[in-house]
Amino acid sequence: MLIGTLVGLARLSDRVVLRALARIYVDFIRGTPLLVQIFIIYLGIPSLLYVLTGSRWPINVYVAGIAACGINSGAYVAEIVRGGIQSIDRGQTEAARSLGMTGAQAMRHVVLPQALKRVIPPLGNEFIAMLKDTSLLSVIGVEELTRKGQLFIAVTFAPFPVYMGILLMYLVMTLSISRLVSMMERRLAVSDRRD
Amino acid sequence: MIAVTDLVKSFGKLEVLKGITTRIKEKEVVVVIGPSGSGKSTFLRCLNFLETPTAGEITIDQISVTDPKTNINTLRAEVGMVFQRFNLFPQMTALENIILAPMKVRGLAREEAEERASGLLQKIGLTDKAHVYPESLSGGQQQRVAIARALAMQPRIMLFDEPTSALDPEMVGEVLNVMKDLAREGMTMVVVTHEMGFAREVGDRVLFMDEGRILEEGTPESIFKEAQNERTRAFLSKIL
Repeated sequence: MLIGTLVGLARLSDRVVLRALARIYVDFIRGTPLLVQIFIIYLGIPSLLYVLTGSRWPINVYVAGIAACGINSGAYVAEIVRGGIQSIDRGQTEAARSLGMTGAQAMRHVVLPQALKRVIPPLGNEFIAMLKDTSLLSVIGVEELTRKGQLFIAVTFAPFPVYMGILLMYLVMTLSISRLVSMMERRLAVSDRRD
Repeated sequence: MIAVTDLVKSFGKLEVLKGITTRIKEKEVVVVIGPSGSGKSTFLRCLNFLETPTAGEITIDQISVTDPKTNINTLRAEVGMVFQRFNLFPQMTALENIILAPMKVRGLAREEAEERASGLLQKIGLTDKAHVYPESLSGGQQQRVAIARALAMQPRIMLFDEPTSALDPEMVGEVLNVMKDLAREGMTMVVVTHEMGFAREVGDRVLFMDEGRILEEGTPESIFKEAQNERTRAFLSKIL
């Protein structure tokens, strides 16, 4: 989320280099599969460092998992944030600037609050997608929900009920996120209400 | 107070302003009229650098707007602007709209800013709407709040970009009244408008613009009664 907001802002920056870097990041992450990104971070980078430096760089599997998901999700969030900012009428920035605010002040106090409100529904989607994608982390042995289930099946030899149970648990989590999102939408809609 | 010399503004190949030169004195109310597309709004937007002039020079109080070394934010704080489409911040109440810039730009404490804002709300007759969001205000009320928001910075000049063009006819009067009060208090104003009644009543000088040039200027009396230029006469005959 933080990565996403920063990169989203960078995509709109006046600085060419910053904008280009953000662009490359987003294109690269969105254009490659998460599964491969996970392998790269957990296995690829440590082995590269081993070759380069000659010493071992063990990476904690949870750190690798969280890093992979964070970096991946950041690219998608960045595009959502960028879209949100661009959807705000230019007159808003102009009004803020005409009052003497700097570009950063106008962004922070005027544009971003409106943009964030607008991006909550797509952000909710992204979080749900991300949550489901964490199941991919089982391949590097992170004991998240899916991996725990697999371990449990190895003991019980009952794939159907266990996998069904896992599905239900994902469903509970994603439904809670949707609920949370609609709650936030309602709370932030205060200024749209006619009273 | 404002000096504009040979101002040129192009958008790509399209030259919108083709050399504008004029002086605006302190406490003067200058009304800019002319057909749409004549560059009136662009001229106004150049005055506080919302549009970057292609060539020419603008100075406000001897400070050059066009000089890259000038801190444009400091300068804009002294030049209030009112837009055709109000551009109030929708996520803030009327009061919050008014106090934002004084707090963030001038560094006023909240109490001080609110005190100033309630004075302004009283002036525009909307004290009871302080805590209402723009959505719930009529167009005329929104525009009055937008004027108050600009005034809260205590600017030395106010620019109005067709402030009544997006309003229902019955709301035009309330906005013009606020502007007339302002003119009487001695505010320096540049107003782009189609309200000829306003021009006649409070304007010190009328500029007629067409195709990126000032074709004629003079007191409202002389422009409306005895315009020298053919095009000015043709334009006025259509709208009066």
